[in-house]
Amino acid sequence: MGNDILVFIEQREGKILPASLQLMTVAKELAAGTDGSVVACLIGSGVDALADTVAGHGAHKVYLVDDPGLERYSALAYTKALCAAIKAADAKAVLLATTFMSRDLAPRVAIRAKAGLATDCTEVEFDGDKLNVTTPLYCGKALGSFSLATDVLKLVSIRPNTYVAGEPDAAVTADRQAVAVLLDDKDRRVTTTELVRGGGGVKDVTEADVVVSGGRSLKKEENFQILEELAGVLDGAVGASRAAVDAGYQPHSRQVGLTGKVVTPVLYIACGIDGAIQHLAGMRGSKVIVAVNTKAEAPIFSVATYGCVADLFTMVPLLPDEFRRLKG
Amino acid sequence: MRILTVIKQVPDSNATIKVLDGGSGIDTAGLKLVLNPFDEYGVEQAVQLKEKRSDVEEVVVLTLGGQKASEILRTALAMGADRAIHVCEEGLDPRDELAWAEVAAAAIGRDERGFDVILTGKQTIDNDAGEAGPALAELLDLPHVGAVGSLEFAEDGRSFKARRRVEGAEEVVQCSLPAVITCEKGLVEPRYPSLPNLMKAKRKPVDKLTLTDLAGVGGATPGVSFVSIAPPPPKPPCKLVEGEPEEMARELARLLREEAKVV
Repeated sequence: MGNDILVFIEQREGKILPASLQLMTVAKELAAGTDGSVVACLIGSGVDALADTVAGHGAHKVYLVDDPGLERYSALAYTKALCAAIKAADAKAVLLATTFMSRDLAPRVAIRAKAGLATDCTEVEFDGDKLNVTTPLYCGKALGSFSLATDVLKLVSIRPNTYVAGEPDAAVTADRQAVAVLLDDKDRRVTTTELVRGGGGVKDVTEADVVVSGGRSLKKEENFQILEELAGVLDGAVGASRAAVDAGYQPHSRQVGLTGKVVTPVLYIACGIDGAIQHLAGMRGSKVIVAVNTKAEAPIFSVATYGCVADLFTMVPLLPDEFRRLKG
Repeated sequence: MRILTVIKQVPDSNATIKVLDGGSGIDTAGLKLVLNPFDEYGVEQAVQLKEKRSDVEEVVVLTLGGQKASEILRTALAMGADRAIHVCEEGLDPRDELAWAEVAAAAIGRDERGFDVILTGKQTIDNDAGEAGPALAELLDLPHVGAVGSLEFAEDGRSFKARRRVEGAEEVVQCSLPAVITCEKGLVEPRYPSLPNLMKAKRKPVDKLTLTDLAGVGGATPGVSFVSIAPPPPKPPCKLVEGEPEEMARELARLLREEAKVV
């Protein structure tokens, strides 16, 4: 086992997942403690084109696992590919952003590479050769501290928006190393045949930096237009509480909460959401939370950074103009 | 076709989690425990397959855990599973999902004919890690599809097509059987077991095992060890923005820009 920190850079259709680049920030901190370097790996088909961007964010070396069979994610092929990259890099630790892909991939890799695995960490630091991590448990109602043993490869997924991505250096050319992988019929037992993009350019709640969410008190589907306009100004996504989804105002794909999606945006604006435990579980990790609700005693205010005890129908429609004015 | 659903008992999502002094664990006295909701989709999916297809031989449920975990086996049997396997050990660490998967894989390995479909939740709501399903598939050398929102099995029972949600898109996945499938909300709507079915469930067979019945598990030093648990740090109190709606909107926008610096 070497000293380098390997960052898995997730991409789909040639687009790098922004949360992957945030990992470079923590990777640099960790590498400083191990006397190692930050290296990265890209898996896909034709991913060479992305290597310079990754190097620009601070990867000393970029391992490329490039194969037509890796064009789309599939559990077995990507497991083989990431294991090959880890071996080539002789990494001490591997960082991944907590996403649908890494949640699917990392446990398989951990078993195959005999690694220790910690999922969805919000803190991570070396203590000698031991790696200490913190992860939310019980829907964020508690925080668990865990320690990854000295002598094992460490696989750590990190909650998006825990770290801020640094400014890239556009002038850097990557030091590339190709990693060969031989995919066979066994790996092809599972294949992704299609990637269906939904919503015609509308951002997904898990990807957006700003999420504007509404509850059942929006009363009908058309009223979500108020939130759409605000989200539009802030380049954000629209989310909904379970009650609003169950009432048919919004599709399940926009549901934020324990049984919907867990989001950690920079700004979460909850409009007319009281804050049931299952909803709080899905958004309490957001950096700044704004609550707009007529009920001053609503639980949402207990997690909010800023609160407005107001009728959302009067107050929220005023916000887009205020932000437009501020943004010039 | 033989179907297995792997299930776990977890604290109810509405339960208050009280951390013990010193952070050695959580207070389990009076804690309401339930069948993990994502595993419940797996049980329902298995039972629906049996109801819809003529080639489903049996639906088996498997859990690991202490004596108390037999409650969720009862629930699953009442929902329509035919029999259950209970690896009954009080000392299993519910936080070590890779070790949990290893024990589950060993219990599944005892069945010589093997299962064609293995279902489980995309995550358990205690650890929220979702490591067990994919790890189980890897240990059994099977393909898996994770966080599946819809499923379509081929008529010949040898493959299936699944849709799984990812960030801002959906993947359409083709997979051969046998395989592991982890379930997302929306896959199926779990039924409430009726009282007569709860009574009938008492008579369905439960095969009880202990770790000594399972070859080759345990003994390995865990890669990850639990240190402590703590309540989340208290959030600073909410700053209330006051005034008429117009003033409120202006002040909120200013605070988000100048104080929080997020827009």
